[in-house]
Amino acid sequence: MGLLDGKKIVITGVLTDSSIAFGIAKLAQEEGAEIVLTGAGRGLRLTQRTARKLPTEPAVFEFDVSNPNHAQALHDVLAEKWGRVDGALHAIGFAPEACLGEDFMGATWDDVKVAVEISAYSLKLLAEAVAPLMTDGGSIVGLDFDATRAWPAYNWMGVAKAALESTNRYLARALGPSGIRVNLVAAGPIRTIAAKSIPGFQKFEDAWMDRAPLGWDVDDSSAVARSTVALLSDWFPSTTGSMVYVDGGFHAVGA
Amino acid sequence: MQVSDDNFERFKKCAVEVLSVEDAQVVPEATFESLDADSLDLVELVMALEEEFDVTVEEEELEGVLAVKDAFDLIVTKL
Ligand SMILES: NC(=O)c1ccc[n+]([C@@H]2O[C@H](COP(=O)([O-])OP(=O)(O)OC[C@H]3O[C@@H](n4cnc5c(N)ncnc54)[C@H](O)[C@@H]3O)[C@@H](O)[C@H]2O)c1
Repeated sequence: MGLLDGKKIVITGVLTDSSIAFGIAKLAQEEGAEIVLTGAGRGLRLTQRTARKLPTEPAVFEFDVSNPNHAQALHDVLAEKWGRVDGALHAIGFAPEACLGEDFMGATWDDVKVAVEISAYSLKLLAEAVAPLMTDGGSIVGLDFDATRAWPAYNWMGVAKAALESTNRYLARALGPSGIRVNLVAAGPIRTIAAKSIPGFQKFEDAWMDRAPLGWDVDDSSAVARSTVALLSDWFPSTTGSMVYVDGGFHAVGA
Repeated sequence: MQVSDDNFERFKKCAVEVLSVEDAQVVPEATFESLDADSLDLVELVMALEEEFDVTVEEEELEGVLAVKDAFDLIVTKL
């Protein structure tokens, strides 16, 4: 018996097989879920190719969170395909170059608003697409990088993640009465395409390897996948608006 | 390297398709930059090549791949 037997789950954010969402998609299938992937823009073709690397090739739908019409379109294709959705993964993040690196002061609002729109507001857009179809209740899980502190180089992406954390709480409040849970997994650093675009990512890797009480491997996202699948399952029935750390315990220690 | 090589023809077919370039542009010395291909294009090309040649390439192995020749060598050494 699988943890997600019979569940229908929408998975965003699979770009390559290094994407955190790829590990989650794979485990979700292994645990019995039927999934679809979504992709965006020029990455859509990569998502389609990567879909073929999964145990069962899932359908891929377009969902670009910078396009105001795509939430409705995603809702409509899901309504037609399944009529009901049980879970959704938000694994979407982007910030223009000026938002990352040495110079926190250098970014303009035009840069920052893109980061906030794509990385935080988009959680509401995904909820808009799936919540009306979660007629049996549901679980929405997002991927976060702990935004309670200021990190080197992460800069305005960190600010966007703080907005994501707040959006998570408000969505929990808005959707709780419909039996829909909304939670975040605050993951330690994983070497993905998005991570490699952060100048100074090496600093995170070193800090985690030195300090995480359980240790940490930046090339292994399987712990994040397991915990995310657990949150998508029926085994966190009374947990919403929460942030679960999957970081080897890094957040708990001072030095 | 033999440019008339059958493997290179298969490589070229993938490059033309993924990068939307002309056949004649895909020569060993051409850099991906000169073909207007950025890192995402390169990742997509490699995925196409993985399927065409039935090999596996780790993302780390793409570091230092600047020209067509580098990518082609990376694939053929795995055959
Ligand atoms: N890698 C890490 O160290 C780490 C740590 C904690 C949290 N996260 C978070 O995990 C999530 C997934 O990132 P990843 O590290 O797997 O990298 P990734 O590059 O594989 O995934 C990022 C995804 O965002 C998607 N995306 C970008 N713009 C989009 C748009 N306009 N519409 C729809 N999708 C869009 C991309 O298609 C891609 O699939 C992100 O939210 C990231 O912040 C990553």
